[in-house]
Amino acid sequence: MSTVAETTKADLTSEEQAHLSDRAKGERNLGWRLAGPAFIVMLLVTLYPIGYAVYLSLFNYRLTDPAGKKMVWLQNYITALSDPLFWQAFVTTLVIVIVTLVFELILGMAIAMVMHRVVWPRRTLRTVVLIPYAIVTVVSGFSWLYAAQIDTGFFNHWLHFLTFGGFSENFNWFGGRWSSLTIICLSEIWKTTPFMSLLLLAGLAQVDSAQEEAAKVDGATWMQRFTKVILPNMKAALMVALLFRTLDAVRIYDNPYVMTGGANKTQTLSMLVGTETVSRVEIGMGSALAVILFLIVLIIAFIFVKLFKVDLTTSGRS
Amino acid sequence: METNISTKAKNGLGVVSIVIMIWTVIPLLWILATSLKSDAALGDSSKNVLGNFWPKDISWDNYKLIFSGGASDLFMPALWHSIIVCVVSTVISVVLATFCAYAISRLDFPGKKLILTTALAVSFFPVIAMVTPLFNLWRQIGLFDTLPGLIIPYLALTLPLSIWILSAFFQQIPWEMEQAAQVDGATSWQAFVKVVAPLAAPGVFTTAIIAFFTAWNDFVFSSNLTAQHAQTVPAALSFFTGASQFVQPTGAICAAAVVVTIPVVILVLVFQKRIVAGLTSGAVKG
Repeated sequence: MSTVAETTKADLTSEEQAHLSDRAKGERNLGWRLAGPAFIVMLLVTLYPIGYAVYLSLFNYRLTDPAGKKMVWLQNYITALSDPLFWQAFVTTLVIVIVTLVFELILGMAIAMVMHRVVWPRRTLRTVVLIPYAIVTVVSGFSWLYAAQIDTGFFNHWLHFLTFGGFSENFNWFGGRWSSLTIICLSEIWKTTPFMSLLLLAGLAQVDSAQEEAAKVDGATWMQRFTKVILPNMKAALMVALLFRTLDAVRIYDNPYVMTGGANKTQTLSMLVGTETVSRVEIGMGSALAVILFLIVLIIAFIFVKLFKVDLTTSGRS
Repeated sequence: METNISTKAKNGLGVVSIVIMIWTVIPLLWILATSLKSDAALGDSSKNVLGNFWPKDISWDNYKLIFSGGASDLFMPALWHSIIVCVVSTVISVVLATFCAYAISRLDFPGKKLILTTALAVSFFPVIAMVTPLFNLWRQIGLFDTLPGLIIPYLALTLPLSIWILSAFFQQIPWEMEQAAQVDGATSWQAFVKVVAPLAAPGVFTTAIIAFFTAWNDFVFSSNLTAQHAQTVPAALSFFTGASQFVQPTGAICAAAVVVTIPVVILVLVFQKRIVAGLTSGAVKG
């Protein structure tokens, strides 16, 4: 029995597997008995709704009019994709994703490098930086909303002071599309950069310090060391962090919902699905939009995995 | 990394760290400051200092409003709903995931890679995509606006995450002790209960915190799948109304926001190291 147990799992040839000992069979059974329930529940609560959404998306179906439910095949998709409102939400989401990602990457990298090297206040910094990750997104949304509002806020007062009166105290951040999106992005960046920097910090810790030291001895500048030694060595961590944040940003919902409610063309794709479903009870159309959003996420993940060769089986989720 | 970092660089990094910390803390201080403002101070910058930031006179009215005043009807039930829904879904997820992750990291059986890949893939699902089908189904079977109607979708948030983090944790456990127990004649099951479970407890605990944060943070499900009987705090915040219809609910929202943020901040302060380990474990090839 002990010889079988000592045979490492990878060493089992197919022939050996054909004659599984009782011990190995027992291990298999126990394996699925332990893992099965979690796996089944996970599939039930995630894949089932998605599958059901695909099915519902083929119908013209309002919740208030169940009798009028009619199979329309891909009509909902055609309607959605030819609707300017969809493309407006698409552009809004895209802008938010790109802007937040660029800033989070730069800031996250900078914070990670500071956390990596700082001597004092090392522990305090790591603790404080974690707080935005942990607080509720709706709370941070409200905080930034009230900070930017004319009557309750301090933004305008501070900007007015810092620009020696150049910035109007009565600037309405939520009066236009781009100024609203600025605050939404700021809030999003504030909330999610810590997570990014922690992932990058874990990557930085893997960079061989001897290599960096060698480059320094050879006279490489700080920039050269950064681009030629540090970045290539933590490429895997960088790509994983980017992928996580991209897929997370695509689903953005809470922040714009709290701040603008979608006013001034700031509605995101997730918000569009929500309004279509809950306010308009157009289940068919809502499902079609949900499936489109799902496909966008799949495409992005596919691009990362295939083009950037992000290996997700050896590197994990947050 | 330099081994003998110069004092100048040390101080420079210290200053940068302080700037980072201020940037991180300002929105939190801000929400605290706003929650301590009276209705009058909210609209009048002459009643505040530091550029309309901090109130000259601290007022506890907003806290009275959410705990015993007009907003308590909305806030107190929401707080309970949040606690119940998040705790139940966290416990279910972590229990299921513990068995699952143990099997994945310890036993040899076909399909473990499939489980991990699925867990990763579904944690990227846009949650709103689950709302539409669930909204329709819940309306039909009567789960709309109920606590189980939220707990079930919350499992979709917490379970994949728990499986993934716990698998990473379990791979770092010194399993020789389990083998030792098995040599002494214990079965796989006995070894699991008597030896492994105590070793695994810290990882399980950390996973529970992260899963709880994730559930506590949810707004998509609770704002779309509830009306009033199962509303959680994030959803309730967005439906707050003022003391009268002419008063903005700003102060009450901020007070409620402070209340739900305090436990989270305490957890972070106490378990910082573990949470970071949990968030990054497996995220980078070890």
